[in-house]
Amino acid sequence: MRRLTILIAVLLAAHIALLFVEPRGAVAVTDAAAVDVGIVFDVGGRGDKSFNDGAYKGADSAKALLGADIRFIEPGEGSDREAGLRLLAAQGMDLVIGVGFIFTDDLTDLAVEYPGVKFAGVDYAVTVDAQGNVVQPPSNLAALKFREEEGSFLVGAIAVLAGGSKRVGFVGGMDIPLIHKFEAGFRAGVRHVCPDCTVIAQYAGVTPEAFRNPGKGKELALSQYQSGVNVIFHASGSTGLGVFEAARQTRKYAIGVDADQYSEAPGHIMTSMVKGVDAVTFDAIRRVREGTFQGGVYSYGLKEGGVGYIYDDNNRGLIPPDVIARVEQLEADIIAGRIRVPSTR
Amino acid sequence: MTTPATRRRVEEALLPPLVALLVALVVGDILIILVGQSPSAVFSLMLSGTWGNWYGFGQVLYKATTLICTGLAVSFALRAGLFNIGAEGQLAAGGFAAAVMGLVLPAGTPGLLAVPICILGALAAGGVVGAIPGVMKARFGAHEVIVTIMLNFIVLALLNWIVASHLHVPETLHTPDMRAGTVARLMDWVPAFHGSAVNASLFIALAAAGVVGWMLFRTRAGYELRAVGLQPDAAEYGGVTVGTVWMKAFLISGALAGLGGINYVLGYKYYYEEGFAAGSGFLGIAVALVGRNHPLGVVIAAFLFATLSQGGLAIHALVPKQMVEVLQGVVILAVAAAVPEVRRLVMGARSGAAT
Repeated sequence: MRRLTILIAVLLAAHIALLFVEPRGAVAVTDAAAVDVGIVFDVGGRGDKSFNDGAYKGADSAKALLGADIRFIEPGEGSDREAGLRLLAAQGMDLVIGVGFIFTDDLTDLAVEYPGVKFAGVDYAVTVDAQGNVVQPPSNLAALKFREEEGSFLVGAIAVLAGGSKRVGFVGGMDIPLIHKFEAGFRAGVRHVCPDCTVIAQYAGVTPEAFRNPGKGKELALSQYQSGVNVIFHASGSTGLGVFEAARQTRKYAIGVDADQYSEAPGHIMTSMVKGVDAVTFDAIRRVREGTFQGGVYSYGLKEGGVGYIYDDNNRGLIPPDVIARVEQLEADIIAGRIRVPSTR
Repeated sequence: MTTPATRRRVEEALLPPLVALLVALVVGDILIILVGQSPSAVFSLMLSGTWGNWYGFGQVLYKATTLICTGLAVSFALRAGLFNIGAEGQLAAGGFAAAVMGLVLPAGTPGLLAVPICILGALAAGGVVGAIPGVMKARFGAHEVIVTIMLNFIVLALLNWIVASHLHVPETLHTPDMRAGTVARLMDWVPAFHGSAVNASLFIALAAAGVVGWMLFRTRAGYELRAVGLQPDAAEYGGVTVGTVWMKAFLISGALAGLGGINYVLGYKYYYEEGFAAGSGFLGIAVALVGRNHPLGVVIAAFLFATLSQGGLAIHALVPKQMVEVLQGVVILAVAAAVPEVRRLVMGARSGAAT
């Protein structure tokens, strides 16, 4: 019994002593920042090297350039999504951002409940009422949407023109309308420059897990490469890491998504269809900082610089100059409205 | 005056968790210092975000509700000497069944009728999923750990497929809203709980804990179950049909886990969503372990883990999420190690005093 008492006393003393250790650089929770921003990622979202990390990057530069104080929350389970948003809204953040279409309902409810807080939803799913009219989000909620089909159109053209095969592949993550936009644009781009080419499109699954399943991505990609495909475009989160692995193994090519993914498989990433999640996140924070924030639906396409493709020193050797010239012409045509890119299959 | 016997029981019940908690706190301090933060700031933020305000407290109650059910499920099976690793799938099945019941019932069904139907649905679905490993073990001698783990995959994949291809609202991952059978949120009665998800399911879970305690310690079936858990061969010799007890234990265990599904479905969102309480089934194992397989212990342990979970969200600004998960693991390890060790010390002290 005495030994036990000593043990308890020692532990208690250690705890109390450690409690008052104040490491250098410890963050004090202050309200002194110019703008307080809270960001909630999706479950398991951080580290996907594309979508969620893009939002992180945008917030990070807002911290450096705008003096914003950023708080991140990554929920542990589905029911924590609302809790995370609410926690941040209740803490008096100026702007609360939900990253991913899955936050749509919770953002809408909270924006009504906290009219004094501004909200933004990346890939917010705008609903359509019975008459086919778009239901406007609350006035303090900005729906940040991308016209992914436009960027996908361009990489579709690149895949055919620089890939050297009449078969091209597409690997999607979860089988939902949001990802169908990538496929539809990609297909249209392929067909536009090569009407008799085929696109093999496959999806990794029907649950969010399909966005984090590199094993499945590799399996799908290997079977596509073996069927004569030279280039695969993926829109599948970290599942795409498996597609890159397959490209490395078969010495073929893949096209990255959301961010420049060249470094994931150098020499095998032909280009990346970039979605400016970072720029859009930064822009939303900047507008709150400058007091020009307004709710509503924001759509970012080629014209606004919200989507695009990568062409730099890394992949200059993979895409011939005449292909780039052709693609630049297509880009101009889309911006001018001469080419209309479908957003549904 | 307390008798030595009651004093011993109190010591044995309270000292191990106290030591475990202190160990976990010290390890937590060190971890927090390692990521460059001040422990006092982190712990005070954690407290203020959970028990420090009504919303946080409500969230703790909400999370505890699910954990009470899954913890009871695991501990009930453990009392019969069975490891139920399948609470995750049973929980999802229960939530799904409750949501489907609420969809099938016509709108305007009185709550007094609809709520019990939905709850029965949850119990039945969890029970069916739970009964499978019980039957497999009793009939074919299949090891329940393997069966329950594999059933998790089967059940979750099946539900995902049903929801994703037949039942979901477009652009979402959840079923349509229920038409009947929802239970009241506590904020309807106590406005201070505003916004938190805690609902009347909490009382149902607490009642379930009471029923489990009564069943285990006050009925013949419970006695048989515990006898089988302690020594199946002896129980068999004493006239207990071990296989039947296993099947019953798994049926009830699964039903208890399924009951946890009503917390989210009937009380919070009124629909089933894929992954609505992902991890709560597995956390139930930890709750049962820390609660030492006693219903009262399970309830207390559920509050502890719910506090850690909600507190983890609150301190997110200062420490990474993984740190909270490490802390959870430390609590579990500390309890597992401290219980036998502290008991040895308590016993040692007693025999020392006697001589």
